[in-house]
Amino acid sequence: MNADAPTGRPVASPHAHGGSSVGRTMFRVQMALVPATLYGFWLFGWPSFFLWLLTVVSCLGFEAISLKLAGGTRIKATLLDGSAALTGWLLAMTLPPWAPWWVAPIGGFIAIVIGKQVFGGLGQNVFNPAMVARVALLVSFPVPLTQWVTPLPLTALAAPGFVDGLRIFLTRLPQPDAMASASLLGYSKTEMLRGIDLLHSLAGEHAPAVSWIGARSGSFGEPASLLILGGGLYLLARGVIGWHAPLAVLAGVAIPAAIGHAADPAHYLSVQAHLLSGALMLGAFFIATDYVTSPNTAAGQIVFGLGIGLLTWVIRSYGGYPEGVAFAVLLMNALTPAIDRFIRPRALGRDRKGKALDVARGGVQ
Amino acid sequence: MSKTLGSNLGGIMKDGLWTQNVVFSQLLAMCPTMAVTTSGTNGLGMGLATTAVLVVSNALVSMIRHTVSSQVRIPVFVVLIATLVTVVDMAMNAWLHDLYKVLGLFIALIVVNCAILGRAEAFAVKNGVVASAADGLAMGLGFTGALTGIGLIREFLGAGTLFAQASNLLGPAFAFLEVNIPGYGGALLMILPPGGFAVLGFLLAGKRAMESRLQARAGERCGTA
Repeated sequence: MNADAPTGRPVASPHAHGGSSVGRTMFRVQMALVPATLYGFWLFGWPSFFLWLLTVVSCLGFEAISLKLAGGTRIKATLLDGSAALTGWLLAMTLPPWAPWWVAPIGGFIAIVIGKQVFGGLGQNVFNPAMVARVALLVSFPVPLTQWVTPLPLTALAAPGFVDGLRIFLTRLPQPDAMASASLLGYSKTEMLRGIDLLHSLAGEHAPAVSWIGARSGSFGEPASLLILGGGLYLLARGVIGWHAPLAVLAGVAIPAAIGHAADPAHYLSVQAHLLSGALMLGAFFIATDYVTSPNTAAGQIVFGLGIGLLTWVIRSYGGYPEGVAFAVLLMNALTPAIDRFIRPRALGRDRKGKALDVARGGVQ
Repeated sequence: MSKTLGSNLGGIMKDGLWTQNVVFSQLLAMCPTMAVTTSGTNGLGMGLATTAVLVVSNALVSMIRHTVSSQVRIPVFVVLIATLVTVVDMAMNAWLHDLYKVLGLFIALIVVNCAILGRAEAFAVKNGVVASAADGLAMGLGFTGALTGIGLIREFLGAGTLFAQASNLLGPAFAFLEVNIPGYGGALLMILPPGGFAVLGFLLAGKRAMESRLQARAGERCGTA
């Protein structure tokens, strides 16, 4: 057990401490992100590595500044618990891999200061910090945040080397060696707005492939949907997250997508395209399972997840933005207190309405 | 009498500009604060229009405070304020038409600005005409300062300009105020409502932090003395 664990550890029976701590949980979640991140580095090269690094470092930096300003005494211990680093890591997973460098510190500031520390720090925030930053960045800087590059694996000849990668990262010079590309969701939305339905646009020559392997353009973590799914399953197996929220998110997208696609394939993307695209896997396994901003009960988490999934599908299908996971998460975060208010666990010795059970008559009727 | 009024005026000014600032201390008039502070010029224009209404309404309310019975005072004040707002609305439409087009609805909404009825109730009904007018001026200037400040911060971060279109409000002579930061497109979010809340929140926190620091310092001084 961690000697530094915060006070408030239950001492009297019938409680038992599981031996876990904030630090260990955060570490496991980060381990679960490693495969997808390494795949992203390989696919998008050095610029994406610099962006990831600076995002994580900025989050740690702003966390330290905030704690110092708040007069904290456990600054080092709080930084080392990994929660700020995880926020930065998750944010980096959702950014365009070749975004300019200043996106990272601005995102870190929004995530940590406005999204988290203003509310009182870890455990107090209403909204998921990484998603707050993602949405704020997208709304503020629509152009750099929607510029996708064609994947250029590190082993490819044309991939930028270390120095070139740094140059791409630090300057906004036009990149002759980076082919701009569209993500699947962005492409289908743009074509739809031009009046070309999905049957034609997806059959077109330049259409992004719906690929299980994942060599396609999109956010840093987007091509590696299956690796993120794998990381999520690891977390499930380790008991770090429950199955309710992720499954509900996936179902919330898959069910309407299946109905829509069956009814009108010209206007609604397939289930497979929905599940593999955008931030859905990341959202389902790493964002919707955030302990702080999701409901406490299993039933509440199912409602929460279904809401995220359904809203994501609605925004993707009818909204102005091609992707809606971040918006859907924030909207459901706002509903979390209401969900927790209406779906409460049954207290020991009481029925669902809170009335004391009649022990003499043998408990629950 | 004049001496006490003179020393009072200083206190009234300080209250309006800082200690009891409409936005930063009383947290009144949040609707115009959020809605029109998308640029420094808009904030300044809105603040000055409100100040004009506030000075005259405070003076008038103070004048009639002995003749209006307390049972009907609120409707009377509302009619008074509504009249003044209509005057300002028409005046701005006539002479500051470009700014009027931007501020539009919010000028008419000065009538429901809680700060104005609030000052009538909290100050003008209890004080003389000069002091009430001074209070209106101080509160109005404090409000103007707050709106202009928030507007400038949001404009700077959100659009990369300062006092854009100031010449619409102040005349072509003030075109020199207009600053444009080259090469910065701005973060759109700061112009949108969340930016308004964020800026106001940080400014409020800053004011509180400053005051508590001053207080701590004053306490230290008392302790050592």
